[in-house]
Amino acid sequence: MHEVKELKDYREELRESLANEFQRGALDRFAQAYPLGRAKAFAGLDVPGLIEAVAAVKDAAAAQMMELYAEFKKNAEKAGVHVHLARTAREANEIIARIAADNGVKKIVKSKSMTAEETHLNQHLEPLGFEVTETDLGEWIIQLRHEGPTHMVMPAIHLSRNQVADLFTKVTGNTQPSDIERLVKVARRELRPKYVEADMGISGANFALADSGTLGIVTNEGNMRLVTTLPRVHVALVGLEKLLPSLHEALVINRVLPRNATGQAITSYVTWITGANPCAVGPDGKKEMHVVFLDNGRSAMAKDPNYAPILRCIRCGACANVCPVYRLVGGHKYGYVYIGAIGLILTYFFHGREKARNLIQNCINCQACKAVCASGIDLPEIIKKVHAQIQDEEGHPLQSKMLGLVLSNRRLFHTLLRTASLAQKPVTSAGYIRHLPMIFSKEQNFRALPAIAAKPFRDRWEKIRPKAAEGGLKVALFSGCVQDFVYPEQMEAAVKVMAKGKTKLDFPMDQSCCGLPAMMMGEVEAAREVALKNVRAMDPADYDYIVTMCASCASHLKHAYPKLLAEGHEGSIKAAQFADKVIDFSSFVRDVLGMKDADFSRSLRKVAYHAPCHLCRGMGVRQAPRELVNAAAEYAMADEEEVCCGFGGTYSMKFPEVSEQLLSKKLDNVEKTGATLLVTDCPGCVMQLRGGAKKSGKRFEVKHIAELLVEQVK
Amino acid sequence: MVAPEVVDLFTEKARAVSAVVTPVKSLKEAFAYTLDICAKKEACQLLVSGCEEALSPKAEDLCETKATKIIAAPGLAKKDYAALGKLCAEQGIVLTDGGLRERLGGIDIGFTVADYAIAETGSLVLDSTSEELRLATMISEIHVAVVPLSKLAATAFDLETELTARMKNGPSYLAFISGASRTADIERVLAIGVHGPLELHILLLEDK
Repeated sequence: MHEVKELKDYREELRESLANEFQRGALDRFAQAYPLGRAKAFAGLDVPGLIEAVAAVKDAAAAQMMELYAEFKKNAEKAGVHVHLARTAREANEIIARIAADNGVKKIVKSKSMTAEETHLNQHLEPLGFEVTETDLGEWIIQLRHEGPTHMVMPAIHLSRNQVADLFTKVTGNTQPSDIERLVKVARRELRPKYVEADMGISGANFALADSGTLGIVTNEGNMRLVTTLPRVHVALVGLEKLLPSLHEALVINRVLPRNATGQAITSYVTWITGANPCAVGPDGKKEMHVVFLDNGRSAMAKDPNYAPILRCIRCGACANVCPVYRLVGGHKYGYVYIGAIGLILTYFFHGREKARNLIQNCINCQACKAVCASGIDLPEIIKKVHAQIQDEEGHPLQSKMLGLVLSNRRLFHTLLRTASLAQKPVTSAGYIRHLPMIFSKEQNFRALPAIAAKPFRDRWEKIRPKAAEGGLKVALFSGCVQDFVYPEQMEAAVKVMAKGKTKLDFPMDQSCCGLPAMMMGEVEAAREVALKNVRAMDPADYDYIVTMCASCASHLKHAYPKLLAEGHEGSIKAAQFADKVIDFSSFVRDVLGMKDADFSRSLRKVAYHAPCHLCRGMGVRQAPRELVNAAAEYAMADEEEVCCGFGGTYSMKFPEVSEQLLSKKLDNVEKTGATLLVTDCPGCVMQLRGGAKKSGKRFEVKHIAELLVEQVK
Repeated sequence: MVAPEVVDLFTEKARAVSAVVTPVKSLKEAFAYTLDICAKKEACQLLVSGCEEALSPKAEDLCETKATKIIAAPGLAKKDYAALGKLCAEQGIVLTDGGLRERLGGIDIGFTVADYAIAETGSLVLDSTSEELRLATMISEIHVAVVPLSKLAATAFDLETELTARMKNGPSYLAFISGASRTADIERVLAIGVHGPLELHILLLEDK
């Protein structure tokens, strides 16, 4: 439950979380175990196909949300259920309180419902005198501790068995051992009387089937079954996005939900409740049953093409499971009620920009959530949109506005870089900045920052331009600003390697920054302007390929340009053609030029590889760079190769304390391989990793993959 | 006739989620199996960790309501129920088909016959619209379910028509049950039997 207003206070909270050793260890173990469990659960299945099917089912349902609601209501009422529609969270709470009062309810048992967390239902009911008991083990634990969940599926993941034992000792008045099996039995028996005494049960639902008025609920513990059976009243609080036409769609989703959430093929219980079922203590021996649908902005969301995909979310929690930032700081600092990447987004819509303002900036854009999402939501893209929208609403901070202005004017930007190159002279040594200038805080000191090159690549190009091969592939080089102005030697190396193939290389001079930093800072208009200028700088019709040595540029050029310059924008057709020609360096060398083992003399050196987020997930390129490394040297595989290095461009400037932790884990994993060289395909990652390796005195060098290949190419 | 590989898949998947799967030739054999595990277990003990945990007085009180061994079999046909009753009486076990709200502290065994089963996930499908039947599968320490092989489907999609028909004729309470009740809410350590049964025994009945 992140509550603070200022970014600096939020960062202070993050530092506290980073110092929470138990949580760090628990989340670390989880982050490593989860991908294995998930892979096992999906073994032999067509995962992208299953995810696509979920997306299609959810999109279609969102498009007819209110029709499905009307149909559900009609069918559920036929089966004796009262159906309500709450437009706001408060309205939902009031409806539920009224149902409780009308039925003379005193005690309430609840099974897990994120929607009830969203509306702060307990906080509404308790002051009215109702006794509310959470019966899901994790929810009960956090209720007793008076705190919010830290994970959507495992709400008490931040707590140790000892903390739970202490808590249960207090609850029972008897000392409880910290043996998990026993603690679970204590909860079982302590909670049983609660069901017996309760007059009303409150549950959520995973699916609401319109054709029969059925609720589908996916659980493991069995508490929901008792909650919906024993008390005489049952109220289900359900988000409108849970509506589906029929059982078929729910089964499509349920093939993915448990596998993605907890690595289970299916949960212990999948329960389908239709109508007012028999209930011995209910009026006429039947259950008094109510379904309260919650809108809270959902029906408007369904109509907005930018945000409608949010409604696909099936609350599996996987986006948190793979998030490298969540892994470090935990759920209380990575969401308000909803947690993980989807939490950053939902916080803005359900709990307001005040609570979302800081959170939304804490995405490193590594794309891990997008790759694991059960319904294929482009979470990082929507996070950037929400960030931009908050800035549009509140006014853009000066820093971000300046960045946007500078980036969208190439001449100004490049002049500034050249000036900086001269101005830094007194403080640089051996290619690093010796003392960080005033604009960087001392928190940036966890890695050595590189100096700006004396002569950018663009000034070297005419001299090194290789002779064009007759009939060779026409290739435009896109350098990106880091390689142009900081690491021109990486470009030179890449050019030498590519010149071994039949190519006709060109470096169009009007190219500038790809614009990703502007996007990351919420400056969409600046990003759009830069995109248009780059598309004009290199007419796609003139080239067979546009090759870039920077993974982040590659994925931004390929995926974001066609969206930034979508239909209706100037240059939209050229932008689409441009994007189609973009390829990363490793894929170009291996797949287009066809360079294989025989083209390299293999060094005996042990070389590790770091997979840039925007290459392995952004571009879907995994094999090409690893094969090239192995062709040129002895490839030593490191643990968690595809986990972010912590750079994230402007992210590492904004959240240095998080960036530093990610970097140190990454460097440790590389060190364990015994490699003497670490290569990667992104100058941003090189900047982070090399700076970190130097600062922490690691024994391996860090280079761009082109710099390894150029040494070994025959 | 269900293909043997579907039966094998069901068995494999059900065992993977902690169910004990045993083939039986008749309902009579299923009854004998049930009485056997009932005889072997302690009366009304929470398996793994027993009733010895010190609880708050209120939770302790609820435990007092359990004294003899109890089997609940609310869904059985009259003739079958009588046959099972006779076997129980011989061993001093109480058999009941109702009044489970009086026994919410827990019963030893809930005995049911599944309506369908799903091989892909090792699940049984139980129409639990009857409250007594529902409770028998919730408050028992051991759930014994007979799965007639003729009711075994490869995937849940194969049961869409049948299940939708039951839903449309609601009220109904349908349950897919896979393994015992479980949680991983404390330190992600899997613990079996949190609010529901601690064991699930599936008896595969060769009915045709």
